[in-house]
Amino acid sequence: MPAIPVRTVKVSMSRLKIRFDALKAQGRKALVPYITAGDPNPDITVELMHALVRGGADVIELGVPFSDPMADGPTIQLACERALRHGTGLWQILDMVAEFRMRDADTPVVLMGYLNPVEARGVQAFAERARQVGVDGVLLVDLAVEEAQGYVPVLRAQGLDCIFLLAPTSPDSRIAAIAAQASGYLYYVSLKGVTGAATLDVASVATQLAMIRRHTALPLAVGFGIRDPASAKAVGAIADGVVVGSALVAEAERLQDRPAELPAVLQERLAALREALDSLTAQPANL
Amino acid sequence: MSYDYPDRKGHFGPYGGQFVAETLMEPLRELLDAYVRLKDDPAFLREFDNDLRDYVGRPSPLYHAERLTRKWGGAEVWLKREDLNHTGAHKVNNTVGQALLAKHLGKTRIIAETGAGQHGVASATIAARLGLKCVVYMGAEDVQRQSPNVYRMKLLGAEVRPVHSGTRTLKDAMNEALRDWVTNVDDTFYVIGTVAGPHPYPLLVRDFQSVIGREVIAQSTERFGALPDALVACVGGGSNAIGLFHPFIGHAGVAMYGVEAAGRGIDTPDHAAPLSAGKPGILHGNRTYIMADDNGQILGTHSISAGLDYPGVGPEHSWLKDSGRVTYVAATDDEALASFHELTRLEGIIPALESSHALAYARKLAPQLGAGKRLVVNLSGRGDKDIFTIARLEGITL
Repeated sequence: MPAIPVRTVKVSMSRLKIRFDALKAQGRKALVPYITAGDPNPDITVELMHALVRGGADVIELGVPFSDPMADGPTIQLACERALRHGTGLWQILDMVAEFRMRDADTPVVLMGYLNPVEARGVQAFAERARQVGVDGVLLVDLAVEEAQGYVPVLRAQGLDCIFLLAPTSPDSRIAAIAAQASGYLYYVSLKGVTGAATLDVASVATQLAMIRRHTALPLAVGFGIRDPASAKAVGAIADGVVVGSALVAEAERLQDRPAELPAVLQERLAALREALDSLTAQPANL
Repeated sequence: MSYDYPDRKGHFGPYGGQFVAETLMEPLRELLDAYVRLKDDPAFLREFDNDLRDYVGRPSPLYHAERLTRKWGGAEVWLKREDLNHTGAHKVNNTVGQALLAKHLGKTRIIAETGAGQHGVASATIAARLGLKCVVYMGAEDVQRQSPNVYRMKLLGAEVRPVHSGTRTLKDAMNEALRDWVTNVDDTFYVIGTVAGPHPYPLLVRDFQSVIGREVIAQSTERFGALPDALVACVGGGSNAIGLFHPFIGHAGVAMYGVEAAGRGIDTPDHAAPLSAGKPGILHGNRTYIMADDNGQILGTHSISAGLDYPGVGPEHSWLKDSGRVTYVAATDDEALASFHELTRLEGIIPALESSHALAYARKLAPQLGAGKRLVVNLSGRGDKDIFTIARLEGITL
């Protein structure tokens, strides 16, 4: 990567920080749903984002579909294929975020996806446009911290938070290096596997989160393997937030031919997850 | 000429690197550490060399193709006979090396992706010999067009898992193998078959395959007292080409040509030639030339040859292209088919369809080089696996 001049931009405090600070003050846990933009069709994505917020989403992870999603299981692979059949591209997704922002100024939106769609448009052009439309953070699944120097300064210069993954295989040294580059929150991958994989081991996640907390004050969200209120509650008890993706995307798959029903279904799923997480506030877990 | 690539982080200039999800970063570090520790260890190298000699059957001959030379009219044509290796292609050089690494790392299960099936067969073969469990991912379309190799893998005790996602070819098989690896990382070693993927794969596959070029240096010196004037090899991911080219990079007098698959033509969408008609991007863990649309989505490819039907290429080839050290060209399906028949009839050697692409360019190059020059073509594999494809194309029922 050529060195890209870092421009200093005066930015107001990040929506992600505001949101996580507020949740912490209330003793609540962040509910972070993931959907793939353009799935089951691009016309409904903005409506689905609003439905997620109505159901209780604190942060929305909006997936940028990629033809070769090598870290994703079959559920999100198929979501990518559905979205790409409609030609859903990165610029179109930024337009969706702009449309979402017309009715929602507060809910943080994180774009999650793979590097090549960003590379194809150029990271500088992407960062500028993402900031303009009201994107708050970016999570690039295949961007290891070793390669981040070409990306993070460009994204941060536009006030975009850079969310990184941490995994069960990440040793102390990597956790420290990643925490130093990350902002917004850290996304802990609860298991060795792809999205939508089997079951997670809450006890081992708790051990790992404790290790990660020694390196960072950033909020820790946990994803992979959280599919229902029970697993959300179990993880919510030890993390700052829970990410639910494949379980929601599976609904988009089920209702792909009846998309009109999808907003209400997702809202209902979110509400159940919200209730489970908020029950933790009523009875705080003993940490 | 000084050539010291990749750097410590696996970069060949702007190419290469490690672009994978976090879960795989530590296993990649373990692999690199093990490789760095073993690559100069005399005991490891002796084990590797012994396997190449006694199990693979190396060195492979450098064969003077006299009738081909006369037919083409011009440079003397020599064939590096990787087709004579055990399992029928150059792929086994690398699987023998990676299997030794797997053994040293204490892994009990290996996985592999395969296109034409040659790397799958080579992986299944070494797994059988070492008593490792082996799973091979193969695009569902390739399972159809390379059925003899599917059966060979099964005979060898491997499980072949057809991949139905995406374009159902090599790139999707690689996605699926990466997904398996991320899930079973504790006991599983991913044997990547080409010089692509995240660092250190492009490095270690190159090193294991470089035996090809080292032998050519020794053999050409012995046979005609000089290095060849030009080298030609086909390029899909590019492992046979790097294996031949790498030891020659510092020998500036040796011209090198990598031949991509032009499919139905480089000016059509139906080809697999990212170096000739693609642009840099990120796929399968490295930055390299790829075939993608304006949205960065990877494009479907076409080649008559399953082993070249891949939208990316090893990052070192991208660097060798930009630096000008290697010239990259492309040959169409029809040209490869014609060369397949030509070699078969003139020399009694049935080449793989992949290698036929190298021959298709070499037949143009030989007259340009002219008499008195010497040309080495890497005959990377034998064509037994392709006879059903050829028969079908020519309307013959076997």
